[in-house]
Amino acid sequence: MNLENFPLLSFMTFLPLVGALFVMIIKGANDERVKNNAVNVGAFVSFVVFALSCVMLFQFDKTTADFQFVENVIWFEGLNLTYSMGADGISVFFVMLSTLLTPLCILLCKQSVKSRVREYVCALLVLETFMIGTFCALDGILFYIFFEGVLLPMFLLIGVWGGPRRVYAAFKFFLFTLLGSVLMLIALIYMFNEAGTTDIPTLMEQGYPYMAQMWLFVAFFASFAVKMPMWPVHTWLPDAHVEAPTGGSVILAGVLLKMGGYGFLRFSIPMFPEAVEYFAPMIFWLSVIAIIYTSLIALVQDDMKKMIAYSSVAHMGYVTLGIFTATTQGVEGAIFQMISHGLISAALFLCVGVIYDRLHTREISRYGGIVKNMPKYATLFMIFMLGSVGLPGTSGFVGEILSLMGAFQIDTVIGTLAASGLVLGATYMLWLYRQVVFGPGKNKDALKMSDVNGMEKFALIPLAAMVLWIGVQPNFVLDRIAPSVENLLANYYEAISLPTNELARLGR
Amino acid sequence: MLGLYAVFLPLATFAITFLFGGFLGNRMVQFVTCAGLIASAVLSCLLFHDVALLGNTSVEPVMIWITSGNFNADWAVRLDTLSVVMMCVITIVSACVHLYSVGYMSHDKARARFMSYLSLFTFAMLMLVTADNLIQLFFGWEGVGLASYLLIGFWNHKHSANRAAMKAFIVNRVGDLGLALGIFTLFMIFGSVQFDTIFASVAQFKHETFEFWGYEIHALTLACLLLFIGACGKSAQLGLHTWLPDAMEGPTPVSALIHAATMVTAGIFLVARFSPVYEYAPFALEVVTYIGALTAIVAATIGMTQFDIKRVIAYSTMSQLGYMFFALGVSAYGAAMFHLMTHAFFKALLFLGAGSVIHAMSNEQDMRKMGGIWKKIPFTYAMMWIGSLALAGIPLFAGYFSKDMVLEAAWADQSAHGNLAYWLGVTAAFITAFYSWRLIIMTFHGKPRADEKTMAHVHESPFVMTLPLFVLAIGACGAGYVFYELFVGHDRALFWADALFVLTGNDTVEAAHHVPMWVKKTPLVVAVSGIVIATLIYGTGGKFAGFVSRLLKPIHALFFNKYYIDELYHGVFQKPLIALGRLFTKWGDQKMINGLGPDGIAKISQCGSQILSKIQTGFVYHYAFMMMVGLIAIISWIFYQMVMV
Repeated sequence: MNLENFPLLSFMTFLPLVGALFVMIIKGANDERVKNNAVNVGAFVSFVVFALSCVMLFQFDKTTADFQFVENVIWFEGLNLTYSMGADGISVFFVMLSTLLTPLCILLCKQSVKSRVREYVCALLVLETFMIGTFCALDGILFYIFFEGVLLPMFLLIGVWGGPRRVYAAFKFFLFTLLGSVLMLIALIYMFNEAGTTDIPTLMEQGYPYMAQMWLFVAFFASFAVKMPMWPVHTWLPDAHVEAPTGGSVILAGVLLKMGGYGFLRFSIPMFPEAVEYFAPMIFWLSVIAIIYTSLIALVQDDMKKMIAYSSVAHMGYVTLGIFTATTQGVEGAIFQMISHGLISAALFLCVGVIYDRLHTREISRYGGIVKNMPKYATLFMIFMLGSVGLPGTSGFVGEILSLMGAFQIDTVIGTLAASGLVLGATYMLWLYRQVVFGPGKNKDALKMSDVNGMEKFALIPLAAMVLWIGVQPNFVLDRIAPSVENLLANYYEAISLPTNELARLGR
Repeated sequence: MLGLYAVFLPLATFAITFLFGGFLGNRMVQFVTCAGLIASAVLSCLLFHDVALLGNTSVEPVMIWITSGNFNADWAVRLDTLSVVMMCVITIVSACVHLYSVGYMSHDKARARFMSYLSLFTFAMLMLVTADNLIQLFFGWEGVGLASYLLIGFWNHKHSANRAAMKAFIVNRVGDLGLALGIFTLFMIFGSVQFDTIFASVAQFKHETFEFWGYEIHALTLACLLLFIGACGKSAQLGLHTWLPDAMEGPTPVSALIHAATMVTAGIFLVARFSPVYEYAPFALEVVTYIGALTAIVAATIGMTQFDIKRVIAYSTMSQLGYMFFALGVSAYGAAMFHLMTHAFFKALLFLGAGSVIHAMSNEQDMRKMGGIWKKIPFTYAMMWIGSLALAGIPLFAGYFSKDMVLEAAWADQSAHGNLAYWLGVTAAFITAFYSWRLIIMTFHGKPRADEKTMAHVHESPFVMTLPLFVLAIGACGAGYVFYELFVGHDRALFWADALFVLTGNDTVEAAHHVPMWVKKTPLVVAVSGIVIATLIYGTGGKFAGFVSRLLKPIHALFFNKYYIDELYHGVFQKPLIALGRLFTKWGDQKMINGLGPDGIAKISQCGSQILSKIQTGFVYHYAFMMMVGLIAIISWIFYQMVMV
């Protein structure tokens, strides 16, 4: 087989969808067998996809900023729409994140999901298709389809398998994200009218008048900021996390939140550079508010998932901060932070899931002292907790220090205020850990919980190893994203110093 | 290669014992960790000979770490005099503490985990001192913080231990925030975080300014002050010191290793390492002097009123760290490092001795419940004497050489802050001697105040615990005399080589050799009088002590309650932040954002649709009426348009 012309990305994208169809038609004499078959088929398919993505990473050329594994197929001839896929340094690790987390979620649903397991696996597989598609799409409309498609399986995951307030949470999630997306669609249609195509590499070269950039930026921003989520449009996230089943939370925190940051890097910075320059100070402040405000909120939560959800908002604050500094350290740090947070927050939600499955409560005060009966769990949880705190030697550190370094270079006030998150982040995470894992242990049923079982170890240990490994050897990641970031920033600075439309600038 | 082995052996023993501890068994874990550390200590001593005495400095690369644009930080082991001195101190004390822990923790179920944490700490500390760039230093810096957190909270079933561990981590994080900002500032000034690059080009940036929070500030001063915030956190200087006394919740070997000999001296190491930069930031040095001198006196005054034997020694540590800082502040870096080294020996000795007492007294730490035990534990008693004599600065003992050097250098600086430091230091020296003998008398002499069961159980510690005491006692006796010439005497220029940097006009160590006689003798006089007064007050049964403390009640209360700083921080930071968090949750997220956002819109659309649905009455005449109104409105609008045109 010739790997040169093999449509690897499309194959990876649509294989889960095919898998979902197979899972759907599984029938059996009893529910137990259906459940096992569904999980096994789903896990098999998603592991194949993961293996393919490893091939992709192995084949990835880290010396170039160009899109790789590119596929172009004419889609609607008359409309000049092409189906085009490709990956570069910015997107390649997000694809990895999607393909890594999906099989783990599918495997773990055996013990955490009680009803309609077959449909649950289906939803996760469909979700995987949309996630990979989002990160690989090189056409605006195609991107939009995948980006929005994600909403449907996620909406179902929360609404069907969620907690008691799942309907409220699902609708809130849906409406919040849809509101932003509608604006993005309008912006895309405008851009299509201007450029005659929605091919992303072409759009990057296009260049828009100053005022048009402003409006387009705002339209895209509305969508990405909600996805991120940025303050003050973050309130859907805690509700969604609290109500979502473990697998839903893992995917939501691990991959879905990264779509906003990815969007900024793929659309906003290359396509609307002057608007980015104009809006950057506002975004810095929104990020700083996000970091401090949500950290303080996390400090007083008594629901584990809510606390980690709020900590996610704070961590995403570093991401938006880093991206809009438009410095090498800032942008690379932001991407690294997203990857790192994808691993750590996913693992933290898995950790919460482990004890939730045993005690069926997310209330922090119902636990305590479980280090005695769950020492292995305590160790794994500790590693992720420290990663979230950003301890050097874990992946969390690299992302935080680089994005803060970028911020400090642009503005010392912003940098200092954002860095206060180092203290606040440590406070709430250590507090959570202390309440759940340490202490005399008042709750007898918590002390009866069994330690992590084989399946849970299978999910958590590789994640812990990865958090430590890319903390010690971050260059494995940084080397691969560096050419694309360099290219992105070079174009950005060229664009803001050489405006494409002088006339439009005069109106400034 | 020797350096790599010395640094990474503790990591290897940690990894092995942590991952396979259950498989190896307690005995084997203890053996592996102790053997690893002793080997590491031997290697460090060899390195001391090779690097510090023969002058073979080197930087051994380990592997690449972070590269991002022009920012670059790699793993490396930097071997120069400063780092090998620290390595020797760390590994020798750590080896002693490892050995001691075998005995001290012999009844603890999790002793294997304890040993592996000790090794982890040692590794992180070695990474800190052998760092070649600021980022690796930061790794070690936070790594020791983690190990300290794990070890303070080692008895994690106790609320107080968990609280103390958390407090230590978070207060240190505040310091780390300063350090991180300092690193960013240095990176912006020099375009690098490599030590050599920074130190090589310091002189050309000496007039540079830096815009910080809208103010133009002298760049190097700003960087030094920010680094110093980090140093304050780790070395428990005034303002960020509140975690250290609470850290005594950890097992005593931890207090000896981390909170006396090594980790808390990281701040001194940092400033000494950055002496080439601090030399060009005189204002920063002045601040260092003031903070150090104030810490020395404040901690001493608190220490003399405490009753917990470990807390007394903890405050003593804080006070001695203050001495080191003001030595740094007057550019006497060699003197500070000298005191750091001698202090590591005698303070670790005191802590381990106290541990031996606590061990003998069935885990009692309150000195009011001790007394009358010196005959039962004579070896420990002798060791405590040696430690205290060294601490008080009695001639021939290690502390005498280093502490006097520090004080003389402060005086020799001939500046306002140097003078203040000298006098505060002398006062603190008096108090130091006083509380040391207060401790000895209350602990060992007088009538036994413990219950009979405890008294019957008092016993000398086993050999694994007394041997480390003996090794440290040798250091506490001899380290001062042996290393005087190298650290601060005639051989110091050759010894330190490029590791420390002093501008020609600032050489206070040289000037300290020429100070008047009274400056040299005063510390000794006050120390001896401190001992005498303590003996008089406490030797007579403690009634007099009670009288004095009642007489000076307000001052005693101030000292005893640690200047109410904990209460202040609780009121100023902890409570408001929690309140703010609750406010944001309730009013920010729920009322404002959700209320105006999704929930509000949902409510509006619901109300709106209700109103609209009311219009649809189903009666034909209502609809007809509406149509009429609409028709009239349209016609009149068209008519209006025509008239206007």
